[in-house]
Amino acid sequence: MKKFLIEHIIDTDFFYQYRRSPRVIVASSIILLIIFSAVFAPLLTPHRPFDPATLELMDSRTPPFFQEGGSTTFLLGTDDQGRDVLAIIMYGSRISLIVGFGSVLLAMVIGISIGLLSGYTGGWIDSFFMRLADIQLTFPSILIALLVDSIARVLFTGSAQDEVAIFILILAIGISTWPQYARMTRSGAMVEKGKDYIAAARIIKVNPRKIMFRHILPNIMGPNLVLATLGLAGAVIVEATLSFLGIGIPPTTPSLGTLIRIGNDYLFSGEWWITIFPAVALVILVLSINILGDWLRDVLNPKLQ
Amino acid sequence: MIFYIGKRILQGTVVIVITAFLSFLLFNFVTDPVANMVGQETTAEDMEALRERLGFNDPVPVQFVRFMGNAVQGEFGISYQMQRSVKSLFRERFPATFELVMVSTLLALVIGIPLGVYTGLHRNGKIANGILGASLIGVSLPTFIISILFIYLFAVILRWLPPFGRGDTVAIVGYWTTGLLSISGLKSIILPAFTLCLYQLALILRIVRSEMLEALQTDYIKFAKARGLQNRVINYEYAFKNTLIPVITVLGLQVSSMLAFSVVTESVFQWPGLGMLFIQAAQFGDIPIITAYLLMATVIFVSINLLVDVIYYLIDPRLRVPSSSAAG
Amino acid sequence: MKTGKKFVFRLIFMLLFLMCISGLLYAGGSQEEKTESAGVEESETVFRWASKTECTNWDPHATNVSAHQAFQLQVMDLLVDYTAELKLRPMLATSWKAVNDTTWEVKLREGVTFHDGSPFTADDVVFSLKRAKDPLSEMKSSYAFTDVVKIDDYTVNIITDGPNPTLIPSLTNAVMVSKKWFEKHGIVDLPDYKSGLESYAVTHAMGTGAFILESVEPGVKTVFVKNPNWWGLDVYPELNHNLDRVIYTPITNDATRVAALLADEVDFVLDPPIQDLARIDNDPDLKLMQVPELRTIFFAMNQKRDELLSSNIKGKNPFQDVRVRRAMYLAMDHEAIHKAVMEELSFPANIPIPPGINGYAKDLDEAIPEANISRAKALLAEAGYPDGFEVTLDTPNDRYINDEKISQAYVGMLAKIGIKVNLDSQSKALHFPKITGRTTDFYLLGWGYSVLDVINFFQSILLPDSPWNGSDIDIPEVTEKIGRIQRELDNDARDRMIREVMETIVNDQLFLPVHHQIVVAGMRNNVSFVLMPNMLFRFADVRMD
Repeated sequence: MKKFLIEHIIDTDFFYQYRRSPRVIVASSIILLIIFSAVFAPLLTPHRPFDPATLELMDSRTPPFFQEGGSTTFLLGTDDQGRDVLAIIMYGSRISLIVGFGSVLLAMVIGISIGLLSGYTGGWIDSFFMRLADIQLTFPSILIALLVDSIARVLFTGSAQDEVAIFILILAIGISTWPQYARMTRSGAMVEKGKDYIAAARIIKVNPRKIMFRHILPNIMGPNLVLATLGLAGAVIVEATLSFLGIGIPPTTPSLGTLIRIGNDYLFSGEWWITIFPAVALVILVLSINILGDWLRDVLNPKLQ
Repeated sequence: MIFYIGKRILQGTVVIVITAFLSFLLFNFVTDPVANMVGQETTAEDMEALRERLGFNDPVPVQFVRFMGNAVQGEFGISYQMQRSVKSLFRERFPATFELVMVSTLLALVIGIPLGVYTGLHRNGKIANGILGASLIGVSLPTFIISILFIYLFAVILRWLPPFGRGDTVAIVGYWTTGLLSISGLKSIILPAFTLCLYQLALILRIVRSEMLEALQTDYIKFAKARGLQNRVINYEYAFKNTLIPVITVLGLQVSSMLAFSVVTESVFQWPGLGMLFIQAAQFGDIPIITAYLLMATVIFVSINLLVDVIYYLIDPRLRVPSSSAAG
Repeated sequence: MKTGKKFVFRLIFMLLFLMCISGLLYAGGSQEEKTESAGVEESETVFRWASKTECTNWDPHATNVSAHQAFQLQVMDLLVDYTAELKLRPMLATSWKAVNDTTWEVKLREGVTFHDGSPFTADDVVFSLKRAKDPLSEMKSSYAFTDVVKIDDYTVNIITDGPNPTLIPSLTNAVMVSKKWFEKHGIVDLPDYKSGLESYAVTHAMGTGAFILESVEPGVKTVFVKNPNWWGLDVYPELNHNLDRVIYTPITNDATRVAALLADEVDFVLDPPIQDLARIDNDPDLKLMQVPELRTIFFAMNQKRDELLSSNIKGKNPFQDVRVRRAMYLAMDHEAIHKAVMEELSFPANIPIPPGINGYAKDLDEAIPEANISRAKALLAEAGYPDGFEVTLDTPNDRYINDEKISQAYVGMLAKIGIKVNLDSQSKALHFPKITGRTTDFYLLGWGYSVLDVINFFQSILLPDSPWNGSDIDIPEVTEKIGRIQRELDNDARDRMIREVMETIVNDQLFLPVHHQIVVAGMRNNVSFVLMPNMLFRFADVRMD
């Protein structure tokens, strides 16, 4: 009997494992919800927190609707500029996720390319790149992100900073994390290199680049995906940290970290919602990604099957 | 052994030189150092003369050598923001960061190892699982959020501990100031050190735990149990000692990592160390401090890694057998 | 193998142990130093306070920031200062009179010594004033004298180039330093602070003041000790403070600063964040004190450049058109800023001169136009910008109360009339050079006063060559009038001319005033403090019970 694609997916072992783990179902649902609300934010909320023309200063610092003084127009209250907290969490998550995904993508592109080249070609190319990776691994990645970010900010002084900030962060975090993908890919490539199907491809003179990217790459993506998932959580945290320190995303189009920083000033005076809600959103997001990543690692680890 | 160490030293030196070159480029070419030095009314000719006098028109290699010469002595010029020499700023702030990291490391070890042993021994106990759950959260919560919560709880609501600063410090041996010899100093270091150590604590806990679990599965432990040795003897004399190896090797990375995260902790707690200095420099665009910090961090991390490699070499006999290339 | 491992472990543990022991020995060995700086004797009265802005440079002529002067005058006395009621009070100058149109004779106080024991004489006055007028001094445009001459050890003549009725009051922020001390430390010539010299004067100072500067750790702590021989204790009983030591801590983070007060880490916070004032007020051990400051916060824009540096409009400068300026002003909702940003702790303003300054015009100040978005848009369209334009606004984030927030709020308001503003927010150390260096198109400024006369503002902000005229205002009639005002001795004529200039400022919308600042400080109940409207407060006024 012919099956639909979705039935094929449901039949896989992977999906079976997925179904059996309630923790992961919850975690991945949360992630999907956050991504969904970030992407479709304009449709989900009438507020436009990134458009200063729509803001009314007199609305600022309204409490959430369940507290005295709150209103249902602003479900979770407003911040000091009059921006609806729920809306700005959605828009802010957009930025946090863009930086997160962007930096992971960048790190993967760099890392996997280098890893493939290194592992497949070997020789001095391999030594060179692995030395490079080793060198970078002597530094904690957050420090590298800090350094690249601060240097880039000096290079792009002035108001250009606002628009460029996202790219600077993606660059900084991406650069700081590529070595792990390179190493993972390299060892995978070295293992695959010895296998028969690769030998066969070589014999029939398939282009080495094709061998690397079309043959080896799909087979080593597993561990890289695990790294990527955990890397996403890490990237989101690093971006939040840098923004919180004031050298990340600026307050005009804030990310979750920037929001926490803005709200921190009001925490002690009793206006807790400006910092607590974004902080909770951030923590839930990161926790969910971590749970998913942990689970992926267990599932894709052949040793534990 | 010499060969092994020598190779490592060589690699470390290369790293330092490359970073030094990057710092040099940053220092001399990112912003015009002469423009940053002179007042508004200086004429173009005066600037050119100054440039010539200070040697900015010399060939790049000459400038680099001069830069390195200065760097080795700790001379990085004047901080744009604070109008004081980078050298004296660093000297002033270093003890604060050093103390913070050391106390933090100590806390992570002192709390993490026993907890790791406990959760390893009581594999399915409720408390053990509770501790494990807490450690997962400790890894997921960003440092700055933990810091804010701690300040709010302990300093503002409970008023047990000070919310910022280092307390009273005592000068010992030259320029070194310590906060550990005064009550207020000790109270001040608790929150920042604890916040800083949490991530590492969770990590150590998990490592020790998994090592304990593995060790307890081994044959020689089973044999010892069969022989009727007391559990206490088994657990501490045999299982526990083996767990220390990975902890020690991780220790070096710990200190590196803590130095990096101290940047965040120091900012939130207004701890007057190198981390806070760096963040202020980053916000301000203070190139001399950023450059100096970059070089200093490089030297520290390279040294730590070298030390860890040496210790690892001493501990793991496999490394003493000649091999063609390092693993991984 | 195990023996080998054991040995290594033992070795490492022993090393660690030895390090700890030696550390403790070192520490134990310096017990004497411990009592000296770690603790404070029980009987000492220590005043601990904090604020956002510390004195980053103790050289009195290196910067012209009233927050720095507030620190400096604790250690170095002035010739004259203001009482809490803003009356002139003789300090190191006991009397003065205008001998002729160009000469003021000033008699100095005898029997005053510097903290190092050396006597204060006319030589020090001549040195201090001349150094203030050094080409490299940031204070040089504050004083309008041309020369200072020593007549005898306790008399100096200050020479001006014409009648100058406001000369003496203008000296209320000119601290007197010791010529010998500056010579001893090689800082007679003002260092060009940008040229990489670390001058001794940055972190050290000495004077005749009520307090001795004991130590400066920038960013960490500044400690003052009582000067038991201060002349003021005998002469002015109201300045009879009971402090033995003052410890200042800079805390830039708003939340930390308030937490410090609440946790009894400090006794006084000069600038608690506005949103926490209620909390401080509700605390039974704390109280608030407020005073209207002699400072007006306003926005200004460059009206001279042919093309703005940061705008998308090429070939012309929108700020040169009074309709554009008027439109921007009509977009400003003073009430919203007053209520939502300042929590009603401000006096909305229509002129950039605060009440209390001679020249202030109440009727002009109260005529604040109500925010009118549609009218503003119409004006912009009329001026040729129906779609608005882009520009960068420069704002400090650590100088005035809620400075960054005010700017952010204004950005939102300007967006409503189509002006898209990029906000560039920086430390004052980066922001002020943009104004004096003319690298900004549009900026926030708060102008304070040492002389209680509007001439201070006119000289510094309306004259074409003045460093603080960041707007490059160059109106010949105004310049000429200011010149006449400076020389006019007849008060009525003078006030008339002042009024004419004020009307020009309002009618031509030269600035976009926001409000007159109100300062609120938080402190423990046992602190009695005099909050000065010019923010040049004195520790000598403080008493702690």
